[in-house]
Amino acid sequence: MVPSLKLHDFMEEIRGAKTQAQEREVIQKECAHIRASFRDGDPLQRHRQLTKLLYVHMLGYPAHFGQMECLKLIASPRFIDKRVGYLGAMLLLDERHDAHLLITNSIKNDLSQGIQPVQGLALCTLSTMGSAEMCRDLATEVEKLLLQPGPYVRKKAILTAVHMVRKAPELSDIFLPLCAKLLHEHHHGILLGTITLIMELCERSPAALRHFRKVVPKLVQILRTLVTTGYSTEHSISGISDPFLQVQILRLLRILGRNHEKSSETMNDLLAQVATNTDTSRNAGSAVLFETVLTIMDIHSAAGLRVLAVNILGRFLLNSDKNIRYVALTSLLKLVKSDHSAVQRHRPTVVECLRESDASLSRRALELSLALVNSSNVRSMTQELQAFLESCPPDLRADCASGILLAAERFAPTKRWHIDTILHVLTTAGTYVRDDAVANLTQLIGGAQELHAYSVHRLYHALAEDISQQPLVQVATWCIGEYGDFLLENCEETEPLQVEEEEVMALLEKVLQSHMSLPATRGYALTALMKLSTRIQGDTEAAILEKMPLVEHGGPQTDEEAKESRDDTAPVPTEPQTSKLLDLLNLLDDTSGDTQQPPSLNPSPEGALVHLLDLPCAPPPPAPIPNLKVFEREGVQLNLSFTRPPGTPALLLITVTTTNSSEDEVTHFICQAAVPKSVQLQLEAPSGNTVPAQDGPPITQLFRILNPNKAPLRLKLRLTYNHFGQSVQEIFEVNNLPVKTWQ
Amino acid sequence: MIQAILVFNNHGKPRLVRFYQRFPEEIQQQIVRETFHLVLKRDDNICNFLEGGSLIGGSDYKLIYRHYATLYFVFCVDSSESELGILDLIQVFVETLDKCFENVCELDLIFHMDKVHYILQEVVMGGMVLETNMNEIVAQMEAQNRLEKSENFPMTLHLSTR
Repeated sequence: MVPSLKLHDFMEEIRGAKTQAQEREVIQKECAHIRASFRDGDPLQRHRQLTKLLYVHMLGYPAHFGQMECLKLIASPRFIDKRVGYLGAMLLLDERHDAHLLITNSIKNDLSQGIQPVQGLALCTLSTMGSAEMCRDLATEVEKLLLQPGPYVRKKAILTAVHMVRKAPELSDIFLPLCAKLLHEHHHGILLGTITLIMELCERSPAALRHFRKVVPKLVQILRTLVTTGYSTEHSISGISDPFLQVQILRLLRILGRNHEKSSETMNDLLAQVATNTDTSRNAGSAVLFETVLTIMDIHSAAGLRVLAVNILGRFLLNSDKNIRYVALTSLLKLVKSDHSAVQRHRPTVVECLRESDASLSRRALELSLALVNSSNVRSMTQELQAFLESCPPDLRADCASGILLAAERFAPTKRWHIDTILHVLTTAGTYVRDDAVANLTQLIGGAQELHAYSVHRLYHALAEDISQQPLVQVATWCIGEYGDFLLENCEETEPLQVEEEEVMALLEKVLQSHMSLPATRGYALTALMKLSTRIQGDTEAAILEKMPLVEHGGPQTDEEAKESRDDTAPVPTEPQTSKLLDLLNLLDDTSGDTQQPPSLNPSPEGALVHLLDLPCAPPPPAPIPNLKVFEREGVQLNLSFTRPPGTPALLLITVTTTNSSEDEVTHFICQAAVPKSVQLQLEAPSGNTVPAQDGPPITQLFRILNPNKAPLRLKLRLTYNHFGQSVQEIFEVNNLPVKTWQ
Repeated sequence: MIQAILVFNNHGKPRLVRFYQRFPEEIQQQIVRETFHLVLKRDDNICNFLEGGSLIGGSDYKLIYRHYATLYFVFCVDSSESELGILDLIQVFVETLDKCFENVCELDLIFHMDKVHYILQEVVMGGMVLETNMNEIVAQMEAQNRLEKSENFPMTLHLSTR
């Protein structure tokens, strides 16, 4: 049998392995030895075996069979055993293994009776993998060590306390009272740990935060000493005295000074001193200066100091060191909400950073640039961002695209600019935009009547060049379907191009048949083809495909409402031809998909269907329109009755009747109404404001509605009244107005 | 808080792996691999900060790394740590290794992986910065090594006191 390898030789063999398979073989062989040794090998060699095992664990091989060995080694009296044992515990054990509790006793013994290095090991292990239960069990021991004089163990005990407070928050009560005193120690390790502990306690409890405000003067004193002390070899990094401690103090000062006038005042002078005097020729100084800037901006500091701070960041943006630029961008991003105008001053430099080849930097620059867009700089910023979009790394494209679209929506100076911008984004990065971009653009174009010709020309050109980007294709095909007739005329604002009908049809067919087109896209193309076949040939009978009215922008919500209103519309008599037509409509709906479809596609087919039926025969005599119950709540009902007086086709009279079948009377009743803009509404005075209980005389009110354009009627009602001792307010839209009310 | 400290060579072979947040073994290995690939893509003259990979925790975490000869030292931290401060911390750690091993190189990390862990434990504990004074750390390590030796060779110690 091949003997077990010494640690050194084992590593050599692993390194010598030329393939993964060879390495695995070496390791598996040795692990068999290690297992055997754990079972019945020399206990004095156990630590070497575990060391080997930890090495292979790092390389990714299983090592769980070593867990119990860790416990044995920790329990051994020898330092060399404990050292490896504790390391093994930290690397192999955690809360989820039952074994972890078993070391609690060993830790307890080592904490109370071990020599300093052993106490250090125990504390280190406890702070790495100690569970809440372990922490509670060992709190007293750790507290004792925190109070004993030796700094080596003391600093470790303090950091262990931080971990314990995180795991078992109630332990804060033990450690909180000890902190203030610890700040008077001189050892930097103790100070560093104490400040970390205080920060943890403050973050957990507002009461602790208030308590620790009293140490602000002490912190200021410590920091001042560090800053003004001359060069000391002990803790200095590039000539700065213990920058780590300085940074921690600045952080704690930030937490304590936030929203607290008095504390902020105490630290103001020192912050100004640090901000102006710190040498930033090396990284350590910059680290301190950054932290100072962030603290200045977060507390109640003097206005002059704030300006200084932001300017420091601006200067850092121009630094040749990329790390400094990165941190400057990150810091400015933190400040952009609270100090927007100050950050705006550095916008040109931020935009410069977009051109960085470093992906980390350009990502930060992108976030910051988007946050800086406002109505006065939107044109130039969008230009920069679009240039960035063309060349940025793929993982930033989606954020950049949606950022530009959002900024355009918020700050677009003109509709045409807005359409151009969205079009540009769709052509550059169409595959990265969010789903609602299509709906937004169609909504936007639809509402800009003066730009229909322009839009369709531009979209046609874009589509002709590239039919692969789905959002662009969808919008373009929709637009061509809607406004295709404009395509055949010249448009002054775009390049004159005589587009023939056949070319348009050919393009749409190409889209339809392309393997790159999604089912939704094909649906758009199909619809467009159908629409064009009527528009361009001038067939008026298929008014089913008439231009649709603009629907209010509301996103998916509007989709739902539109669908509901379509479903609730009075059922159309189903004759054989019409049922086929209905099927066709349903088919179109299915292929077009849900969220992709512009909401306005839904209401028109139903209304136009009725129109279609009416055309061949003479208009039937006006049948009485049925009454409509629109509201019911706890016995209070609202009914609408409709009259279309012959001779005034644009006029509709609605009588609103409010009845009350409940036990309590209705008082202070007010009914208000709203209709679409193209419709005129006149409310006559109601008959009263009270409806007595148990079917007392109702309130009636007359609405006069003038609808000369025959726009589809929508009616929103707002009711307020008192009932059963409560004031009631109801706002709702009347969903199922009969078509005859407005046709 | 420091989530993890990873050291690997130019080929992605791990030389030191220390997590301060518990992850199952397979995830740990995945994180090492993912981190290596992220860091490998970086040129040498760009900044030392990277947004973290998807595995190690999302948008609050970043990777701060330094490249020394054949080794990458990567600290994965959350937003509570000072980025520039961590850069200095990595330097402190490496310089301490240098003092303990005398002109440290990759081989030292391979053959004395345990010792590297012990040194690291004096700098970072429980994901928090413990001590940055190199002299103190080196002195402590020397004392512990002497302690180890004295346990191994009790006879020698006895002899030397005469």
